[in-house]
Amino acid sequence: MRPLLDVRDLTKAYGARIGCADVSFSLYPGEVLGIVGESGSGKSTLLNCLAGHLPPDRGEVVFDTRAEGPRDVLQMSEPERRMLGRTDWAFVHQNPRDGLRMRVSAGGNVGERLMAVGARHYGEIREHALDWLDRVEIAGERVDDRPAAFSGGMQQRLQIARNLVTGPRLIFMDEPTGGLDVSVQARLLDLLRGLVRQMGLSAIVVTHDLAVVRLLADRLMVMKDGHVIETGLTDQVLDDPQAPYTQLLVSSVLQV
Amino acid sequence: MIHVEDLTKTFTLHNQEAAVIPVIEGAGFSVAPGECVALTGESGAGKSTVMRILYGNYLAQGGSVRIGDVDITRAEPREILHLRREGLGYVSQFLRVVPRVPTLDVVSEPLLNVGWSEDDAKARARDLLERLRIPERLWSLSPTTFSGGEQQRVNIARGFAHSYPALLLDEPTASLDATNRETVLSLIEEAKAGGAAIVGIFHDLEARARVADREVDVSAFTPKAA
Repeated sequence: MRPLLDVRDLTKAYGARIGCADVSFSLYPGEVLGIVGESGSGKSTLLNCLAGHLPPDRGEVVFDTRAEGPRDVLQMSEPERRMLGRTDWAFVHQNPRDGLRMRVSAGGNVGERLMAVGARHYGEIREHALDWLDRVEIAGERVDDRPAAFSGGMQQRLQIARNLVTGPRLIFMDEPTGGLDVSVQARLLDLLRGLVRQMGLSAIVVTHDLAVVRLLADRLMVMKDGHVIETGLTDQVLDDPQAPYTQLLVSSVLQV
Repeated sequence: MIHVEDLTKTFTLHNQEAAVIPVIEGAGFSVAPGECVALTGESGAGKSTVMRILYGNYLAQGGSVRIGDVDITRAEPREILHLRREGLGYVSQFLRVVPRVPTLDVVSEPLLNVGWSEDDAKARARDLLERLRIPERLWSLSPTTFSGGEQQRVNIARGFAHSYPALLLDEPTASLDATNRETVLSLIEEAKAGGAAIVGIFHDLEARARVADREVDVSAFTPKAA
């Protein structure tokens, strides 16, 4: 099997300060990779470089495209990269306001992404949008409401629907459950797990919440000061951490 | 089916004066298909540690653990995940699930992961929950609120849903009443009859005598203090 994403020596510095340094990993179809580390460890920088939101200083991000096989995303033209961002890639922001259009209805938010890839038939778009609202457990009668009238958890689920409606193969998530009540978090985690399995999605999830990665991620990457200091199976890294920093991180979690 | 050779495990506690604690040294044993091997030894001898290494949950410092054609100590994470999905089951003492997921889904999930249809997986899950005497009115609820004994039975139902060719059992009969204990023992016997290679920790001596074909004393692998 060929990796869906192959990252080599990805490096980004902000002046003299390291954002992320020499990050390499492969992600296979259907795999969920968790990236953990404290604030400032470089995990968000890495995610933004991968997703094309931030130009790295050097490195390769090779994605197995549908049409042409493995291609370095960083060498693509801007329109090509934008197309990828609307079709095979999805990005779920921590704050739903960054990923949604707040003045457009819920149905419009989902439909817009479909129209961006060429859907034109209004009835079909609306039906598709309703189907996705249902899959993320938003009542169909809310389809014409604006997301501003939704709770934080609903906004986050709407953002996920908007992202998944085009059937992407890779989804980037930045603290997807951050800022939500724990009860809402659990529902969202269950939803994400189900969707990942049903759609065979690959995902990269950045979070500082070890409980979230334990339930969501197959594999874990621990970052500190811009460097990857430990990788492995999620439960192995959490239950038998090898690096001093990972041991400190895991032992610092409060038990409930 | 399961071959352990010259296994070594130490823990290095970097944040506690870099203490190095040797736990297992030179462990070796094999388990054939249809055979159940019980790990014995007093508390702290390293029985659970051996189990966790077999599952890929702990890293070994030396030696090898072959399960089928995979060496767990050297395999890539995705190879271990594949093995856990298809070929290697583990019933731990604690149930760990996403909160709010219904019990029936918790039990049928391993079957969906190996390609069963929703209907077949649910039917098998219902059958197991019934055998393990989880009242039907609880099936649609999350097991996180269940009693300890109920959680353990849900965990067992989940662990036995798919017929893994290799199965690890950590005290499967602890804290069960006589009837449920009997059910679990028959599940183990059925798995053996189906050709599963089983490694178990049983503090319940009667249960051990009934299902285990052989015993491996883990204290033989405990490093002796110099």
